Amino acid sequence: MPAEIVLQGFRFGFLILLWLFVFAAFRVVRADLFGGRAGRVASVPPRAAASRKRGGRGPRHLVVTAGPLSGTRITLGEQAILIGRADDSTLVLTDDFASSRHARLTNRGGQWYVEDLGSTNGTYLDQQRVQGPLLVAPGQPIRIGQTVLELRS
Amino acid sequence: MAAPVNGPGTDPRAAIAPGTAIPTRRGTELLLLGFAVLITLAAHLIIDITVTGSPGTELVTFGIWFSALWLVAHVVVRRFAPYADPLLLPCVAVLSGLGLSMIHRLDIAGTQLGGDEPTSVDAPVQLVWATVGLALFIAVLVIVRDHRALARFAYTLALIGLVLLALPAVLPNSEINGAKLWIRFGGFSIQPGEFAKICLIVFFAAYLVDKRDVLALASRRVLRLELPRGRDLGPVLLAWVASILVLVFERDLGSSLLLFGIFVVMLYVATERASWLVIGLLLFAGGAFVAYQLFSHVRVRVDTWLDPFAYADTGGYQVVQSLFSLGTGGLFGAGLGGGRPDQVPVAKSDFIAAAIGEELGLFGLVAMIVIYLVLVERGLRTSLVVRDGFGKLLAAGLAFSLAWQVFVVLGGVTGLLPLTGLTTPFLAYGGSSLVANFGLVALLVRISDAARRPAATATSTPAKLTDAPTEVVQQ
Repeated sequence: MPAEIVLQGFRFGFLILLWLFVFAAFRVVRADLFGGRAGRVASVPPRAAASRKRGGRGPRHLVVTAGPLSGTRITLGEQAILIGRADDSTLVLTDDFASSRHARLTNRGGQWYVEDLGSTNGTYLDQQRVQGPLLVAPGQPIRIGQTVLELRS
Repeated sequence: MAAPVNGPGTDPRAAIAPGTAIPTRRGTELLLLGFAVLITLAAHLIIDITVTGSPGTELVTFGIWFSALWLVAHVVVRRFAPYADPLLLPCVAVLSGLGLSMIHRLDIAGTQLGGDEPTSVDAPVQLVWATVGLALFIAVLVIVRDHRALARFAYTLALIGLVLLALPAVLPNSEINGAKLWIRFGGFSIQPGEFAKICLIVFFAAYLVDKRDVLALASRRVLRLELPRGRDLGPVLLAWVASILVLVFERDLGSSLLLFGIFVVMLYVATERASWLVIGLLLFAGGAFVAYQLFSHVRVRVDTWLDPFAYADTGGYQVVQSLFSLGTGGLFGAGLGGGRPDQVPVAKSDFIAAAIGEELGLFGLVAMIVIYLVLVERGLRTSLVVRDGFGKLLAAGLAFSLAWQVFVVLGGVTGLLPLTGLTTPFLAYGGSSLVANFGLVALLVRISDAARRPAATATSTPAKLTDAPTEVVQQ
């Protein structure tokens, strides 16, 4: 049996070692949270990254640029915007190619994401079919059937 | 992923934002893996010196083997999932290293002091299982190049999962300690439920991604809760019935609780409807009440949970010993090799957390829990960052299953919950659990690689564009 002092050294030394590992792990977690947000930036479409650089605040209006409702303008708040033919949608479309609950625009931290709600004919952001939630940059066209929408600041 | 068609005015080069030469962070991973190996070897050395007075002879072979294991894992990740999360592997390494050290320590206690039960030398066996687990880890990373491909096999995996789950109930000779969980052949036994868990999580994720709109949108509002329509209750009732059947035929409280909890939480994550949690809790409460009335083994567990000391000589012996063990450990523990963790029955598998609590104290136990927490946090973060719905649900489900399992086990060991007989992931002695959890981590690594990988198209598009002279960009 080794001396008591050695055992006490082992006892606390190992605990310190264990917690050093935990703090090393925390440092990595922190670097991810506050450091380079590599994972996030990469997923942002190009124009969004550019507009954020200009330092503009989030978009304020949703404008219909083409289709039967052309010219309609909705002021954006905090709430999500539901788009579809259903009567309770925020923007009620009269478009034969739109589903009753077609797409949703949600605000997360000042940025707007478009999400397809399982529509029949799909939602397109910049010609790309929307599958998961996608970040919408101001001026980027969202097409639903014959209707085209875009965010304006 | 298809190359995005560039709309008017989109400049693909802008995708590479300033200062985001996206780090793969493999260096961080290697450093932390080295740290984890160091901790494990330190633990071994301390145990050997404290208990026997000199370093054991097998320390060198163990050290080389254990280091090689993680070096190989690291190289494979570097090659096949270069953008994977840097913390997943080191956390697993430190947990399994800690587990191996504790099993080694209990081996020594068994041979030296001649414990109550005849003990075998289990640490080398567990190391072999870790190697098998690593083989599965590599296989998953090499074969599953894109986690979305798994969604196509969802129903096949569900079938495999259910068969694996049901197999021990049907086969004879599958009972150990009252629970029918094992398949025995040759000299060893495997616990197919651990693998069934992963198969079923993959299935749940694929199924719920398909059905979540129906489950989330078609609802009635009752008392501020969005209640789903009756017919949409089908899947949750099915999961409930399945977990009840597991409880009845395999007498396994743990797996039953684990599966049902995972399903309810994944349903909640998929639909964002708190009502599913309420429905799940109500179903659980009902099931638990009926099970308490009908099954004696459930009643024993609950009674010993409510008052373990009243049954200290019979059903509550394990819990009481475990509580004494934790109490002996106190804040800072008895030191590695300084306690008597072999006093707790089945300390190597079910009660390894009590052994750690005794030798490393509250501080050590909390460090262990925090490392689990980091592992789960990385899984959930992967789920937030990854771009496809299936990956999100799968990562959330896998991460939650780890968290839920640790919670249920530690709850049982500390007397917070009834004892269930689940294994502590990565720590506890037991091949199936270790191998299956390596597979689980491989899936998380695969998804996190997809999540952190810079949009591959963004970096490769410019080169392709200059090569393709006749591409017409339409407005």
